[in-house]
Amino acid sequence: MNDPVRLYDVALSSRLLLGTARYPSPVILAEAIRASGCEIVTVSLRREAGGARAGEAFWSLIRDIGVRVLPNTAGCRTAKEAIATAQMAREVFATDWIKLEVIGEEDTLQPDVFGLVEAARALADDGFKVFPYTTDDLVVAEKLLDAGCRVLMPWAAPIGSGRGVNDVFALRALRAHFPDTPLIVDAGIGAPSHAALVMEMGYDAVLLNTAVSRAGDPVLMARAFARAIEAGRAGFQAEPMTPRDMAEPSTPVIGRPFDRLA
Amino acid sequence: MLLQELGYDEKTVGTALNQEFVRAKDRAETALREGDAVEIVTPRQGG
Repeated sequence: MNDPVRLYDVALSSRLLLGTARYPSPVILAEAIRASGCEIVTVSLRREAGGARAGEAFWSLIRDIGVRVLPNTAGCRTAKEAIATAQMAREVFATDWIKLEVIGEEDTLQPDVFGLVEAARALADDGFKVFPYTTDDLVVAEKLLDAGCRVLMPWAAPIGSGRGVNDVFALRALRAHFPDTPLIVDAGIGAPSHAALVMEMGYDAVLLNTAVSRAGDPVLMARAFARAIEAGRAGFQAEPMTPRDMAEPSTPVIGRPFDRLA
Repeated sequence: MLLQELGYDEKTVGTALNQEFVRAKDRAETALREGDAVEIVTPRQGG
């Protein structure tokens, strides 16, 4: 595998994690997953009327595609709810991976970082491989690692906002402070250029959903994101030049014609 | 029992009682009381 990313000892060649919600149809969802080349998709657990079988049909579709699943605890408002949801997800999806969300505020869907750390510790102690959806706060990141998380998923902007990186300096500081921890930007990405930017900054991967599922052509957008993430990663590895304030001629100055006439 | 009565496939649901996880193998022995909050969930699309 060329340039794999390691998440909890699983080596992956794709640095895109894709959400499965809000697509126009199951067929387009399946096509978008394939077009993205992603190896991990996020899924959730919800109530359903007995006999409805929509959940089974969805789960069967995902299994047929053959990607690894990362269940979430979306919508949970307390550590207790998130822990119970994670435990149900481990049983239903047969994985100890969990995208841990503890939501603290409805308008921004911003994480309740106190509940997040509490739930992360309990779940890590219980053998879960926790992927915490968190803010770009450095101190919270430290506490999540201390709680047993080995991957961090800071937001770029509020979930579903598509705004791109709200605070480029905070994300840069986080990257610099945790050079060896896999960091996945999760939430707020709206366009392929946003994904390329965070990859150029050295982020290990990008998790997104709405930017693809709500695009006019989700399949084409999935492909666009895959390429942007590859390009951003290559750009990071190639070590970008240092910016300057003033111009510097790229064409050699020596030997310029008409020089002597000046 | 409750799952069968309501028409769920027991293999693809997760269960909780009063916000505490109930393992599939413990369902049969878990007695319900008046006022208990039962959660039954199935796979769904997610971000």
